[in-house]
Amino acid sequence: MKLNVRNLMARPEMAALLIFVALFVVFSFINDRFFATGNMTVYLQPIPELAIVAMGITILIIAGEFDLSVGSVFGLSPMVTVLLMQNGWPTAAAILAGLMIAALIGFGNGLITLKLKIPSFIATLGMLFMARSFAVVLAGGFPPIFPRELDVSWLVGRLDLGLVTPRVSLLYMIAIALVLGFVLRRMDFGHWIFATGGHPQAARDMGIKTERVKMACFMLCATLAGFAGIIQSFRVKVIVPNLGTGLEMQAIAAAVIGGVALTGGVGSILGAVVGTLLIAMIENILILSGVNANWFMFAVGAMIVVAVVLNTQTRLKAEGMKG
Amino acid sequence: MSTAANTAEEPIIKCVGLQKWYGAVHALKNVDFHAARGEVIGLVGDNGAGKSTLIKILSGVHTQDKGDIFIEGRNVSITGPEVAMGLGIETIYQYTAMVPEMSIAQNFFIGREPLKFGRPGLGIVDRAKMAREAMEGLRGVGLHLRGPDTPVKALSGGQRQGVAIARAMHFRSKVLILDEPTNHLSVKETNKVLDHVVELKGLGITSIFISHNLHHIHPISDRIVAMARGEKIADLPAGEISVDEMTRMIS
Repeated sequence: MKLNVRNLMARPEMAALLIFVALFVVFSFINDRFFATGNMTVYLQPIPELAIVAMGITILIIAGEFDLSVGSVFGLSPMVTVLLMQNGWPTAAAILAGLMIAALIGFGNGLITLKLKIPSFIATLGMLFMARSFAVVLAGGFPPIFPRELDVSWLVGRLDLGLVTPRVSLLYMIAIALVLGFVLRRMDFGHWIFATGGHPQAARDMGIKTERVKMACFMLCATLAGFAGIIQSFRVKVIVPNLGTGLEMQAIAAAVIGGVALTGGVGSILGAVVGTLLIAMIENILILSGVNANWFMFAVGAMIVVAVVLNTQTRLKAEGMKG
Repeated sequence: MSTAANTAEEPIIKCVGLQKWYGAVHALKNVDFHAARGEVIGLVGDNGAGKSTLIKILSGVHTQDKGDIFIEGRNVSITGPEVAMGLGIETIYQYTAMVPEMSIAQNFFIGREPLKFGRPGLGIVDRAKMAREAMEGLRGVGLHLRGPDTPVKALSGGQRQGVAIARAMHFRSKVLILDEPTNHLSVKETNKVLDHVVELKGLGITSIFISHNLHHIHPISDRIVAMARGEKIADLPAGEISVDEMTRMIS
């Protein structure tokens, strides 16, 4: 199939990709510490955690639903995992339990949204508080001590690539992105997700069980958030009950910058990753340049607006072009 | 136009004593309905007459509270759209049941993607087959569109209905339900949709055509079924009733 400009421009993550490449070049010129081995290592460090959450959110938004509770699940899953390890559970079993708690919360989000016919925005806002409270109660006033001697190299060890040494978690992120991208683009279930979010009535009338599709996406989104939380907690070797507070907004920002449409039915995994890379890059350059860190939120906000405007414009142009 | 309606043959679709309540509203009152192979039936009635309820039951969107449905003599229970489609009942909706952001090929096979590997829900789609068969299907109804990857939002309303009809044909439908398919279409596009229905008749496909526009229905129908207040009030060959009489009957 020939590559044509029109199809390329119509891709949802196009604007984010362009901004990313442009800013990367600009930053490399204005600050010689930006594109340097040490800085790139620092830059890549937290990427997998936010990107994995953003990918889950992206898929859920494509399916036409929303999840505000990902930040709380991000804190709750590692809390459960670490507490179980303290109680003598093997690491694998403790992580599995942490992921299952996350999946259960996703199931709860789906149940409240789909069976009780409440907007997922409200259902998951409620879950944001409930899951956070659960994490605080579990911590019991004193956050549990992370087992320092635990071998975490398989998840967050240094990956020596010569120029940069990112964490092993970057490989997990890439693997997850490849699998999810494959599911969305090449598998029938992916088509059902796009159809469910793109036109729910049409999807139902064509025999797709849209509630099942949405439920699967709710559970996937929460499980990914839980896994990302476990990665972060293992990386910093600390677990506190407020881990991931406010993360939902950054993840949604990454998804939106990456071209997901809040109306559903439009978005891509690559977009979620590029959106994450962009947000982290803004933070990185502000720190490097010694700018007051409080400008970070301003920059992210401006980025959301610019990316979405650019997205809308390129898509409109693509539609206007004769293919 | 009575050649196709062979009365000796088992009706392709037969409903006996269908009843449906929405809460306290008795939407369908003991309705009998049948259609022969290759017959075109014009289903008419004012808003709230029950024609929508009847076709929603046949297309699997709703399920009847009482009564039986027979497809080629076999008693069936149509519990969902996928069941109806499995039985060979395809529905063309006024809104076309297409996802605008998705491509023609994707829309063609929505929910029924051909797979290279795996089973439905866990399968890898055969994209080459989708593209090829979608284009073949479109050519079959005389539609020549840009390509299988064109998003449906780039098509006109008439083209979308063409894709919907080609889609129904591809899945070897025996009964085609057309629910107000000509609303929002231009005169030219409307004529095209009406032509399709006549072509389908030639292929032995039964059509149940619902429209507010009696001038669209009358010339292509073999039989007119009229409904009012949830009951069937008339069922007669189209040749025995004029458009004016139909208008008086249902209003």
